[in-house]
Amino acid sequence: MNIVVCIKQVPGTTKVAINPATNTLIREGVEAIVNPFDVYAVEEGIRLREKFGGKVTVIIMGPPQADQAVKTCIGMGVDDGIILSDRAFAGSDTLATSYTLAQGIKKMGGADVILTGKQAMDGDTAQVGPGIANWLDIPFVAWVKKIEDVNLAGKTIRVERMMDDGYEVIQSSLPMLLSVVKEINEPRIESMRGKMKAKSYKPVIWNAKDIECDPDFIGLRGSPTLVNRVFVPVRSGKKEIIEGATVEAKAESVVNKLRAAKLIN
Amino acid sequence: MMNYFFTEEQQMIIDTAKEFAAKHIKPVREKYDEEGHFPTEEVKKMGEAGLCGLYIPEEYGGMGKGIMGLCLAVEEMSKVCSAIALSMAATALGTFPILLFASDAQKKKYLPKIASGEDLAAFGLTEANAGSDALGMQTTAVKDGDYYVLNGTKQWITNGGEARVYSVIAVTDRARGSRGLTAFIIEKDTPGFTFGKKENKMGIRASATRELVFQNCRVHKDQVIAKEGMGAIVAVNTLYNSRPGVAAQALGIAAGAFEEALAYSRQRKQFGQPISSFQAIQHMLADMATEVEAARALLYATAKTIDAAGDAKAFAKESAMSKLYCSDIAMKVTVNAVQILGGYGYMKEYPVEKMMRDAKITQIYEGTNQIQRNEIALGLIKEIASKK
Repeated sequence: MNIVVCIKQVPGTTKVAINPATNTLIREGVEAIVNPFDVYAVEEGIRLREKFGGKVTVIIMGPPQADQAVKTCIGMGVDDGIILSDRAFAGSDTLATSYTLAQGIKKMGGADVILTGKQAMDGDTAQVGPGIANWLDIPFVAWVKKIEDVNLAGKTIRVERMMDDGYEVIQSSLPMLLSVVKEINEPRIESMRGKMKAKSYKPVIWNAKDIECDPDFIGLRGSPTLVNRVFVPVRSGKKEIIEGATVEAKAESVVNKLRAAKLIN
Repeated sequence: MMNYFFTEEQQMIIDTAKEFAAKHIKPVREKYDEEGHFPTEEVKKMGEAGLCGLYIPEEYGGMGKGIMGLCLAVEEMSKVCSAIALSMAATALGTFPILLFASDAQKKKYLPKIASGEDLAAFGLTEANAGSDALGMQTTAVKDGDYYVLNGTKQWITNGGEARVYSVIAVTDRARGSRGLTAFIIEKDTPGFTFGKKENKMGIRASATRELVFQNCRVHKDQVIAKEGMGAIVAVNTLYNSRPGVAAQALGIAAGAFEEALAYSRQRKQFGQPISSFQAIQHMLADMATEVEAARALLYATAKTIDAAGDAKAFAKESAMSKLYCSDIAMKVTVNAVQILGGYGYMKEYPVEKMMRDAKITQIYEGTNQIQRNEIALGLIKEIASKK
């Protein structure tokens, strides 16, 4: 079974600062980690390999420093890592990113299953996963909480997709792309053996030419999204103290206010 | 902690053990202690993380990181729960007879599964009437063709019932005294080999302690370690190698209790200020920190000495010193940690009372600290006598 996991490197903190001039994250001095949601995808990829055999490869778009993210995945037990790195990729939005990753996966010769986390912890868009599936013209299921069964001979897969009020069971043909939620597994820690392998591991690095990108679809040029403004919303700590002679009177006052705000009927 | 100039790989062991303990040991330690629940699942994950085979050579599926590697992992995990760490440390004790004296075929058969965490091991030496006087054991192994027939009971065996591989010492020729003992590798489920009830203990409650009961248990001669009559040498050398593991466990308990006490002393306010501002507490913390660091320095020096030495005679005394000092410190530091936490320290909601209960066994097992002092004194006298 050929498994590909798409990962992203994100700041390892929730206390990020934004450069107001460029509307971008200040990444200097902030430790970069593998997007926590992607770690569940990596774990699921390794579990699929343990069950069905084959190979797990992670793919990431980013600067050469992305090799730290790849090494973390190697430490967990992934077989190989590919970094898509080119100055021409800079400024990619979700459309250009998904195109670039899809080109990388094509260059790898495709995959039986492609896994992603449900979204990135920094951007929170959840668009790159479905974007890749679209570029590759394969089915996509979001929020997978369990892979029930894989039929490699029949090229089908059955998964459970988490919903607010339960779950759906979906059967699909392979290859396909799944985005996973944290309920799917409990990721392992990097093992001693994995860390030893990671120490000397050199990931494959491909540039735009290597993966035959159309220059119109990558980087800033391939990104129709314009970030107008990024800002930290001001918390409005408005509060109101409800007065009343009795508890009943106070409660009635609360109910009336909620009705007026159309929060309850 | 002082700079011990760890190699990159030693630092990896520490980091891995620390992460493992935080993720897999801390959430269950209180429950497992309360219920006396053996950490079967956790040991499996410990194996997957590569923490079970650190001291086993690479050719047998281990990591080849020596006694130092073993000690670093045991210390780090024991900071969080020494009872759960013990499942691996006591496996090391049961594995040393194989590692040190078994044939290549025996090593190939048993070590890879121990290194991967699939199999646990245990060491069967102690009996009801043979504790410190271990060589006065009663369990016999009588030769019958290609087999030995074992009869007798081993007592207080850590990992008893949970392990699959047992290194057991029995009397093959009583007339020959210490040269009449033989070591065997005995697998769980061998007919005639059963277990007594699980002991209800003061501390290390997540660890399993049981009797090993042999009733006409037939063990093939291929299961003899080294050769007949070598049992005492196997046992003694095993202990020389394994005692730093107990020291590491004790050091971890002490370091863990110290960390709890230090953190608490900064949070707890009395008379309008943190209790860490009182000299009475400060001096206790200063002593605890100094003792822990001294214990650590002695242990690491011992572990490095063992890893560099070829002959166990060269480190029998040092091995005993590390076990003696680290375990005495563990008892002292945990008692003081409970004292600093006061009434809270005595409650099960805080981890230090458990650490104090767990610390006590480290002064007792793998040779009481009185026996360690004998060992050290014997070493001193031998050294000076050989110099004249």
